[in-house]
Amino acid sequence: MAHEATMSPLAHADGHDHEHHHESPNVFGFWLYLMTDCILFGSIFAAFAVLRNQYAGGPSGKELFDLTNVGIETAILLFSSITYGFASLSALAKNKGMVLLWLAVTFVLGLSFVGLEVTEFTHMIAEGNGPDRSAFLSAFFTLVGTHGLHVTCGLIWMAVLMVQMMGPQDLSPRMMDKLTCLSLFWHFLDIVWICVFSFVYLAGVM
Amino acid sequence: MKAGPMKKLWRYLPALPALMLSGCTVDLLQPRGPIAEMNRDVMVAEFVIMMFVVVPTCIATLYFAWKYRASNTQAEYLPTWDHSTKIEYVIWGVPSLIIIALGAISWYSTHAYDPYRPIQTADNVKPLNVQVVSLDWKWLFIYPDLGIATINQLDVPTNTPLNFQITSDTVMTSFFIPRLGSMIYSMPGQQTQLHLLATESGDYLGEASQFSGRGFSDMKFRTLAMAPEEFSAWVEKVKSGSENLDDTTYPKYSAPQEAAPVQYFAHVQPDLFDGIVAKYNNGMMVEKTTGKVMHMQSASSAAPSDTGMKE
Amino acid sequence: MLGKLSLSAIPFDVPILVGTFLGVAVIGLAVLGAVTYFGKWGYLWREWLTTVDHKRLAVMYIILAIVMLFRGFADAIMMRTQLALAYAGNPGYLPPHHYDQIFSAHGTIMIFFMAMAFMTGLLNLVVPLQIGARDVAFPFLNSLSFYMTLVGALLINLSLFIGEFAQCGWLVYPPLSEMQFSPGVGVDYYIWAVQISGVGTLLTGVNFFTTIVKMRAPGMGWMQMPVFTWTAFCTTVLIMVSFPVLTVTLALLSLDRYLGMHFFTNDAGGNVMLYLSMIWTWGHPEVYILVIPAFGVFSEVTSTFSRKPLFGYNTMVYATCSIMVLSFVVWVHHFFTMGAGANVNTFFGIMTMVIAVPTGVKIFNWLFTMYKGRVEFTAPMYWTIGFMITFSIGGMTGVMMAMPAADWILHNSLFLIAHFHNVIIGGVYFGYIAGMGFWFPKAFGFKLNEAWGKRAFWCWFVGFYLAFVPLYVLGLEGMTRRMNHYDNPDWRPWLLIAEAGAVVIALGIVCQLTQLYVSIRDRNLPENLDLTGDPWGGRTLEWSISSPPPAYNFAVIPDIHGLDTFHTEKQLGRRAHNKPLAPIHMPKNTAAGAFIGAFAFILGFGAIWYIWWMAGLGLIGIAATMIMRSANRDIDYYVPVSEIEHNEEVYSRRIAAAQAAE
Repeated sequence: MAHEATMSPLAHADGHDHEHHHESPNVFGFWLYLMTDCILFGSIFAAFAVLRNQYAGGPSGKELFDLTNVGIETAILLFSSITYGFASLSALAKNKGMVLLWLAVTFVLGLSFVGLEVTEFTHMIAEGNGPDRSAFLSAFFTLVGTHGLHVTCGLIWMAVLMVQMMGPQDLSPRMMDKLTCLSLFWHFLDIVWICVFSFVYLAGVM
Repeated sequence: MKAGPMKKLWRYLPALPALMLSGCTVDLLQPRGPIAEMNRDVMVAEFVIMMFVVVPTCIATLYFAWKYRASNTQAEYLPTWDHSTKIEYVIWGVPSLIIIALGAISWYSTHAYDPYRPIQTADNVKPLNVQVVSLDWKWLFIYPDLGIATINQLDVPTNTPLNFQITSDTVMTSFFIPRLGSMIYSMPGQQTQLHLLATESGDYLGEASQFSGRGFSDMKFRTLAMAPEEFSAWVEKVKSGSENLDDTTYPKYSAPQEAAPVQYFAHVQPDLFDGIVAKYNNGMMVEKTTGKVMHMQSASSAAPSDTGMKE
Repeated sequence: MLGKLSLSAIPFDVPILVGTFLGVAVIGLAVLGAVTYFGKWGYLWREWLTTVDHKRLAVMYIILAIVMLFRGFADAIMMRTQLALAYAGNPGYLPPHHYDQIFSAHGTIMIFFMAMAFMTGLLNLVVPLQIGARDVAFPFLNSLSFYMTLVGALLINLSLFIGEFAQCGWLVYPPLSEMQFSPGVGVDYYIWAVQISGVGTLLTGVNFFTTIVKMRAPGMGWMQMPVFTWTAFCTTVLIMVSFPVLTVTLALLSLDRYLGMHFFTNDAGGNVMLYLSMIWTWGHPEVYILVIPAFGVFSEVTSTFSRKPLFGYNTMVYATCSIMVLSFVVWVHHFFTMGAGANVNTFFGIMTMVIAVPTGVKIFNWLFTMYKGRVEFTAPMYWTIGFMITFSIGGMTGVMMAMPAADWILHNSLFLIAHFHNVIIGGVYFGYIAGMGFWFPKAFGFKLNEAWGKRAFWCWFVGFYLAFVPLYVLGLEGMTRRMNHYDNPDWRPWLLIAEAGAVVIALGIVCQLTQLYVSIRDRNLPENLDLTGDPWGGRTLEWSISSPPPAYNFAVIPDIHGLDTFHTEKQLGRRAHNKPLAPIHMPKNTAAGAFIGAFAFILGFGAIWYIWWMAGLGLIGIAATMIMRSANRDIDYYVPVSEIEHNEEVYSRRIAAAQAAE
């Protein structure tokens, strides 16, 4: 889990053989990383698919899930993708102030998403329906939790970028790369969440 | 269990050097039942078919390397030759043909000798049901139709289909009697099936073939195949014993133990095996006659659980 | 405060371990002392430990691999000795608790820290040079990958002296590896060592894929790529697709162990077969990750020493790619005995056999590369011919077990053990050693000693057959793997022969060490020095530059006109480049990789022993180092033209000296 926040900021800033490659390999490399992350989520989805009916006498998704809450979470996360989109547009327009503003909005939305998820989890655990209750719940907590962990890493990354942008790095080409990578990451997490929402929550309640 | 009859020697031809050197039992090449015979035949057939490629390849490797050695300036040298459509056809074609042949054998043997497929004898002998439970580190055999059980010894009548139902009350392992053929995993909370048959009387090694922890190396049992009359006598002998296997005594006998001695049980609680499976399924089991999932208690009251295998 | 850790975790009562510890301590102190005595700490730190140069990372990877080979082989010979002794009531000298750790560690170390490290080392050394690049796409990540691998290796070896290692096999199958049956720290050592090194491997995959896609010299299209680079490419694809699955599988197992979840437990709905399915979804591609680059080595070696282009380059590329794809649809063959339906078993059986077709094609390609060539019997060529024979046999036994009906009796037997050692020693190991001999002069500027190389080959070749043919026979005699003792008299002679084989292999390793020693001692003899950078009459770009190459590899990036451009140009009379030199943009060395590695070690150790403050410290340290690194703008520099000119001049003079000597 440690690598997602690091890929782009750490990678060598611009391809050092100027003669032949003008575009940075960073964004390409980050795409590849996202593909491996996709497989990572795919594996957890597969585990969930195998274990989703193993309630072991415990509650099923139907009894546990509160679609209103999940609906709000979904709306917040989808909306945060739009606000990140505005941040990207401002970055292209080289408007640093607006980038920071939109990133801040995105950050708050992301944080509320994580907050809602943590509330949901603590609520379930307090009622005795924690991840150790049944294989179904293990898979549920792991899948949703892995997504949540990704969002959290994205938030840390976003905070770091905002601080760096306020400092000397400005909207340098290197910073533009980083913003692009984070935006890919953020939209990717949105797509994963749509799958989580459909296959875990909706299918669980239906 | 010394070397088998010489008249069958031709069948072991590929492993002849091994046999000659050891002069003793090579379990997988000296089967004592139709399943093991099939396993062996398939294996030997594959070996022989592939030898048609492997041997020429190895010889050609050595021959080409020697013939075209740098010091042999007499040999033809084509420093830019790197393609030949004809050769390419052959090197893709020949392996493909072999794999098609092997694939056909594979399809046939996997279906015809599926471990889940019951064995029919010519004279329709009634099969013997055996429920197998792997424990730490021993094997429990329950004969549900006979109401007896043993630990670490499996007695079976010859020329009688053996229907095994297999589960585990600890970690996963694998149930294997090399001279009777195919193995199958034993897994907690699940029932696997295996169908074997012994054609000759004898004392065959049975073992756990999936590592299962500290006592694994001693987790083996003798498989005693005997004529049906002898088997009946043995059953009577076991029945005359005094040990019982039921919910109260089971914890004692199933406790972890290394190199456990053989034990006989004159009476065994009828639903013991189902209970072991159900314990890992939240008390649920599959009711065999209807295929419905129901709770252990209601299942045992609804139908006697010693019905054995229903195919 | 110290979690599960206490003094009793140190196995004072096991003389073998105490002895090993003393040995490691003495050697370790001697090395540290020597570095201090010669005042080399600064050099070591600046030039090696903080390097982002792919060639130096390659050397460090391969040193790590060789050290791990010793460890893994020590485990192997201990197992063989145990089985040579532990017969008919004799318990041998290794009780199950110790023996079970040894076979688990042997597999884990040989695959993850010997073979993977060796493979990554070869990729690092060769790929950028073959495609005409000045470094990999992400040089810092490359250094980080190395440290992740190193930390994994350190953790797994630490388990020798603090606590214990896993006792449930190299793939730690649950439920045996669950808390209920393995409450000790052994499985946790396994999980953290493999997870940390797995992150490194995944980054390597991304890094080299990007490098190959984005950084090839102008004119080098896909079908002008050298075969080794093609195999490296396929391997990176396999890494990127399969390693995330391994990460998830082991993460789920750790959630079971640390948080009481129920993915693979016996109760509460856990499913053991889910673990098997997932681990082999990674595990089968993994063997191809290891062997495909070895195929690449054999291709380069055979064509160079047969003085001919590789026969059927296109076929070779297609075969490699089809192996890559097929390796994902065969994993069920690792558990045909699960009780799956006949159709499932047949499908995976036939798919497995189908892989034999492209693999067979490759063998024939090498065969026809030698055909009508001028074969020079150098040590790498010995390993290649030894491979072609050994691998054909190993492939055959593999196809035997691909047939479900045969696997039902061969599964988990010593026949299986013999098979995969047959392909991993005969394919992977022979390939890597051939590659090491082949590219050693490129890395260091002098050749390895041929005579000792050939002695090593003969010991390994003969030792291999002595050690593993008996295992085939034992498998047919019904002996299963992982047995600690036995009482079947028929097995004994074979196990004694296998023990003798292990001793012969040990001699092979001694020969290899001697080879290294003799080669370094005689490095300045004229016949050993590689002045031209092209000691073998090579065909690909790495031979067009000096040995060892400058940090920036290529003073001028070459233009590529086709396959084996360098060879073609040599035939036409070596063409001096006349492009003007320009300053070269290079990455600066960085200590960030080493620091992240150190924190990862702290994280792993803390998590293994439930020392949560320590694990937290490690995690925060990793994050902080990464953030600091991302804020660092002083990460690159330019090599001035004067320095490049100077290097080029030196190189020209060396070439002239070599020509004068002829």
